Amino acid sequence: MSADSLLIVGVNHKVAPVEIREKLAHNAGCENPVVAIKTLPGCRECCFLGTCNRVEVICASAAPEATARLIRQHLFSGAGLSEAEIERYSYLHVGRQAVNHLFRVAASLDSMIVGEPQILGQLKKAYRAAAELKTVGPVLNKFINKSFSVAKRVRTETNIGGSAVSISYAAVQLAKKIFGSLNDKRVMLVGAGEMAELAAEHLIAQGIAGVVVANRTLERAITLAQRFNGTAVSLEGLSGELENVDILISSTGATGLVLMRDDVKPIMRQRMNRPLFLIDIAVPRDLDPKLNDLDNVYLYDIDNLKDVVEVNKSERQKEADSASRIVDEETAKFQLWLEGMGVTPTIVALRNKADTLRQAELEKTLSQLKELSPKQVKAIEVLAASLTNKMLHHPIVFLKAKGGPEEQAGRLDSIRQIYGLDPEDSDLDEEDQL
Amino acid sequence: MNMLFPLTYLGYLLATATYLLWFINQQRTARLAARWLLTAAGILHTLNLGARYFEAGHTPISNMHEAVSFFAWSMTWGFLIFRWRYRVKNFGTFVSVGISLLMTVAALASKEVTPLPPAMRSLWLPVHASIALMANAFLAMGFCGGVMYLLQEREIKSRRFGIFYERLPSLEALDNLNQHCLSAGFPLLTLGIITGSFWAKQAWGSYWQWDPKETWSLITWFIYAALLHFRFTMGWRRRRAAIMSMIGFAAALFTLWGVTYLLGGIHAYVG
Repeated sequence: MSADSLLIVGVNHKVAPVEIREKLAHNAGCENPVVAIKTLPGCRECCFLGTCNRVEVICASAAPEATARLIRQHLFSGAGLSEAEIERYSYLHVGRQAVNHLFRVAASLDSMIVGEPQILGQLKKAYRAAAELKTVGPVLNKFINKSFSVAKRVRTETNIGGSAVSISYAAVQLAKKIFGSLNDKRVMLVGAGEMAELAAEHLIAQGIAGVVVANRTLERAITLAQRFNGTAVSLEGLSGELENVDILISSTGATGLVLMRDDVKPIMRQRMNRPLFLIDIAVPRDLDPKLNDLDNVYLYDIDNLKDVVEVNKSERQKEADSASRIVDEETAKFQLWLEGMGVTPTIVALRNKADTLRQAELEKTLSQLKELSPKQVKAIEVLAASLTNKMLHHPIVFLKAKGGPEEQAGRLDSIRQIYGLDPEDSDLDEEDQL
Repeated sequence: MNMLFPLTYLGYLLATATYLLWFINQQRTARLAARWLLTAAGILHTLNLGARYFEAGHTPISNMHEAVSFFAWSMTWGFLIFRWRYRVKNFGTFVSVGISLLMTVAALASKEVTPLPPAMRSLWLPVHASIALMANAFLAMGFCGGVMYLLQEREIKSRRFGIFYERLPSLEALDNLNQHCLSAGFPLLTLGIITGSFWAKQAWGSYWQWDPKETWSLITWFIYAALLHFRFTMGWRRRRAAIMSMIGFAAALFTLWGVTYLLGGIHAYVG
C-alpha cells in the first residue's frame, strides 16, 4: 500500500454543464453504484457520493490509473460520449491531490455556494451507505472520517458557513417581510442545487404550505419533490404553475434566461396581484432582471442576497483562505499517516516504538541499580533487547504474511491500532466516526 | 381662554417626539412612554372638548379650529382603540406625526368661540360633523399605512435596506392595515354623506344641491368605493391600494379644507 492508491474520480458543476451531469447513469439512483465499482479490477475500497452538483467516486486502488479509467467508463456508460469528452468532463485526483480534494469537498470549499452545509451530510450519508454495503475498508474509513473532522475543524475555526446560511436566512427574512406569515404560501424550485434545497428547507421549517419542483427532466423533479413532500412539473409546465406559487427559487444550469418579464406579466393579472418573490441563485442567471419592474414582483439574485447579509467579499475571501490553509495542513498530516500505511513503514514504526520503550525502561532500571558490574548491565540490556525482539517477531511475521490487499490493509490497521502507532487517532470523536 | 388646549397640544408633541425616539432606538421603554403620553394627551383632549362644549353651549365642531381638533381627537382614540384590537409595528410613530400636524393646524386657527349661525342649530350638527370627521380620522390612518407601505416596498424593491426595512412590518401586514382602516373609514364616510344630506334637507330644503363640498365628498367616496370594489374583483391591493388610499385621503383633505378656502359654497362657514 502506498499513498498513490487513493484516487477520486469526479464530475462537478465546475467541469461539466448540467446536461452532462444529468447524463450520469447514477443520477436516477436506484442501486448504489459502489457494488459495481467495487468489482472493477484494482479497486480495493470505494465510496460513491452523488448530489445535484457533483458525483465523486472515492476509491483505494492498487492500480490507480487503470481503475480510474474503468470508473470513468462505468460512470459515463450510456451517456454516449467519446473517451476524450469523458476526460474533459470529469477529473481525476490521485494521492495527495485526492486527499486535498475530498477535504475541500467536505469543508464545502468546492461547493457552488462556498460554505453551504449540506454537502457534509450528503458525504456522511454516502459513507454510511458504502459502509453498509461493506465496500469501504480501513483506508477509506480513516480517509473519509478524517474528512469529516477536517470539515468540522474548518467550520469551527472559520466563519465559512456564515455566508451561505445567512443567505438562505436572508431569503426567508425577505419572504416574511413580503408575505407576513408563510403558512399558506407555496414555493417552487426550478432546477435543483444545494443552495436551492437549503433555502427550500429553511422555508419549510417556517411552515410553508407546499413545494413544487420544476426540472428539465421530470424524473429528477419527482425525486426531489418526494423529498419535500411536494409535486413535480416539467420545465414546460412552469408558467402554468406560476399562478399558484408565491416564492420561486431558480437554480438551473441553463445558459439563457428561463423566465422572461413578458411571461410573468399576464400571470400577475391572473394572480390578482398577489406578490411574487423570485430568487435567482443560478449562475448565469435564470430570471430576466426586468422582472423586478413588474408591480408586486420582487426579484433577488444571489448577489443581492449576499448584499443583504452584508458579508462583504473580502471578508468571505478571507474565510475561504483560512479554510484552505486548514485543509492543506490536514492534507499534509493525513499524507504522513497514509505513507505510514505500508508494510515497511509500519514495521519501522513498530520497531521504533519498541526501541523507545526498551531504552526508557532500561534507563529507569539501571539508574536505580548503580552497584551492578558492567557485565551485569550488559546482561540486562541483552535481556531487554531479546524480549522486545521476540515480542515483535510474530506481529512482523503477521504483517509480512501473504494475502490479498484487503487482508493486508486490515492487518496493517489492526497492528497500528493495537500498538497505538497513530497518535492522532484520538481526534476523531464519536460523531465523526458515525 | 383655558389652558387645556395648549397642554393637550404639548402632550401630543411630547408623545410624537417619544414615538420618533422609539422609532430610532427601538427601546421598549420609549414605546411604553410614548403610548402613555399619547393616552394622557388623548384624555386631556377629551376634557378640552368637554370644557369647550359647556363654554360654547353647542357641539364644538363649528369652526376650523374645532373641526381639526375633533379630527385629531378622533384619530388619537381611533388609533388607541385600533391598537388595542390589532397591532402594527411602529404604526404609532406615523399616526402621532399626523396627529401633531393636525393639532398644529388647530393651534394656528382662530380659537374664538363663535355663536352658531341659525342654519347650524340642529341635532344634525354633532351627528354629521362627528361622523364625517371620524371617517377622516380612519382614512388618515389608512394614509399613514399607505406611506408606510410605499416606504417599505421601496426598500425591498430596490434591494437597498435603510432605516425602514427592519422597523416596518411586512408588506402583507401593511396591506391588511390599509384594508382595516378602509373598512372602518368607508362606512363612516358613507354615513357622513347620508347624514349630511338629511341635514341639508332640513336646513335648505333639498337633499343634494351639488355644492362644492358635497361634490368633493362624493368624489372622495367614489375613489374609496372604487378601491374597495377593485380590491376584490381585480386584485387592486398592495402598492396600488396604498397609492389609492393616499389619493383618496388627499381628496378627503381637499373636501375638508380646499373646498372651504378655494371654492366657497354654502358649507363655507364650517372648517
